[in-house]
Amino acid sequence: MEALKTVSGVVAPLDRANVDTDAIIPKQFLKSIKRSGFGPNLFDEWRYLDHGEPGMDNSKRPLNPDFVLNDPRYRDARILLARDNFGCGSSREHAPWALRDYGFRVIIAPSFADIFFNNSFKNGLLPIVLEEEKVDDLFSRALGAEALILNVDLAAQTISGESVEMRFEIDPFRKHCLLEGLDDIGLTLQHVADIRTYEARRRREAPWLFE
Amino acid sequence: MAKTLYDKLWESHVVREDDDGTALLYIDRQLVHEVTSPQAFEGLRLAGREPWRVKANLATPDHNVPTTARGGVESISDPVSRLQVETLDRNCRDFGIPEFTMDDIRQGIVHVVGPEQGATLPGMTVVCGDSHTSTHGAFGALAFGIGTSEVEHVLATQCLIQKKSKSMLIRVDGKVGPGVTAKDIVLAIIGEIGTAGGTGHVIEFGGEAIRDLSMEGRMTVCNMTIEAGARAGIIGVDDKTIDYVRGRPFAPRAEQWNQAVAAWRTLHSDEGAMFDRVVTIDAATIAPQVTWGTSPEMVAPIDAQVPDPAAENDPVRAESMVRALIYMGLTPGTPLSEIVVDKVFIGSCTNSRIEDLRAAAAIVRGRQVAANVKQALVVPGSGLVKIQAEKEGLDAIFHEAGFEWREPGCSMCLAMNADRLEAGERCASTSNRNFEGRQGQGGRTHLVSPVMAAAAAVSGHFTDARTL
Ligand code: SF4
Repeated sequence: MEALKTVSGVVAPLDRANVDTDAIIPKQFLKSIKRSGFGPNLFDEWRYLDHGEPGMDNSKRPLNPDFVLNDPRYRDARILLARDNFGCGSSREHAPWALRDYGFRVIIAPSFADIFFNNSFKNGLLPIVLEEEKVDDLFSRALGAEALILNVDLAAQTISGESVEMRFEIDPFRKHCLLEGLDDIGLTLQHVADIRTYEARRRREAPWLFE
Repeated sequence: MAKTLYDKLWESHVVREDDDGTALLYIDRQLVHEVTSPQAFEGLRLAGREPWRVKANLATPDHNVPTTARGGVESISDPVSRLQVETLDRNCRDFGIPEFTMDDIRQGIVHVVGPEQGATLPGMTVVCGDSHTSTHGAFGALAFGIGTSEVEHVLATQCLIQKKSKSMLIRVDGKVGPGVTAKDIVLAIIGEIGTAGGTGHVIEFGGEAIRDLSMEGRMTVCNMTIEAGARAGIIGVDDKTIDYVRGRPFAPRAEQWNQAVAAWRTLHSDEGAMFDRVVTIDAATIAPQVTWGTSPEMVAPIDAQVPDPAAENDPVRAESMVRALIYMGLTPGTPLSEIVVDKVFIGSCTNSRIEDLRAAAAIVRGRQVAANVKQALVVPGSGLVKIQAEKEGLDAIFHEAGFEWREPGCSMCLAMNADRLEAGERCASTSNRNFEGRQGQGGRTHLVSPVMAAAAAVSGHFTDARTL
């Protein structure tokens, strides 16, 4: 996994609660057997005026001028600002893949859906939970005439920008993995002996689980 | 100390734990389908890794498969869908993972197939690259959905890195009235606690109304736990659980059966166990439910009206209500029973089991699908459910009424195959998600129980199934 230490960039404000994974990447794009190439179809139904299908030339499709990512202010955004329960719905990892592929590295929201939150860390995408008031404050700044640019420093757990100085909390293990770009499977395989010991004990206690 | 069921399931699966509570959790069963697994198998190959324990996995294609008359994988006409199902077949063959392929009578929706086969057992940890894995919690198993990286992690190590969640008890006290189903109970719960109400928690469902449910009904409740934002939903083991599991192909036999049953009998929360949060609901107050918006929490009893965003105090909520009503094409104040439907879908991992089909057929028997309903689909959850229903003559009842009787799969629950809504079409659906575009771009989904879907089909609009 690609490490994440600091991210600086434009903040795109997506002012909706309960943004679900169907909205992040509609199901017709889940038929791919690859991990990449989902960026052009991120938020497909909101972003384009026509119906998207895999294999279309997205550069020729009509854009929805009212959708935030199509606003020139937020071109090249790397930080997504969102509302409560972001990423609810399915377990599809295509959602963080699409956000990453588009160019986002950080998502800030008051709360995230559980599976999405987990999946993000596994893909070098940092979900930050901030209090409602702080998120409100960032929304009012990001929606202003000038784009809001923020710097996120994972090691220091800070978000800073012009007259913005905020701290965020993060699970220490997840922070460590993201900073170092560690591969979970590699980490777990350091404990092969523990897994074998567990299995041997469990096989005695509950042999039917190993039939 | 008194333990919750979740405590017991958690503790019996911890391989090791760090000081900060990060644990390596052992996984007994992984279910696999075609959409969230190809990249996981690819990851294994690239790293030169082998599955840790092939027999702990069970695969079947479900999301992409056509539900019209069909043969094997070659009968999928959409080349992109076909490639995905072929990729699953190939991966299972290459790695030796048991799979029910498309032409196998046991194929179906993973969450229907697992319990049906006894591949889901009490006391297990069960995962799948699918959020509705919560379904399997009905058996007193710790079951939750994971992403593709974690699918790969389980394939490679039979473990997951996890932290323990908080615990919540939702107790549904007393008895529900006649004609009120498991689906109505869970929709009412989500209406009460909200789609983020369970975030960070594992929910145990208890109380008389839950105990009274059949295993099918309990699966419906646990299935939608994820719609309340929870990590998992669980229900303690009782005689119904054990009777359901007995004799299934993957269930233990002979001496091991007795040993297993003795262990399973302990799978309930102890008297006096403490939960981080307790919610109680009076079953008698629950009426048949219909969702009116684009989130499962936007739900109301059938005798209510479409709510008015102007009456909502929270501005963010009011804004999402406005947006939802525009999308749904609904006006505040309209009685739910006056909303006319274009299509009806009875199926999905929430409500496609034999009991669901029996309940819907009981309403449909001797009636006709209303003239304004363009399409009414029944999609059994598995090949075995389909055969059972046909033995009981349910297919004939649906046919005579004007329903289409299909082959098993996810179908119009998420419209990854040809079964979908057109823009603006309104559907009474027994599935679990009413998000924008879920059943087809621009499609409008109302979540209901199988009897309410059947009642909408024969009436042409939502109607209280209890009055039919
Ligand atoms: S039936 Fe629907 S919710 Fe269930 S697994 Fe299939 S797509 Fe997901």
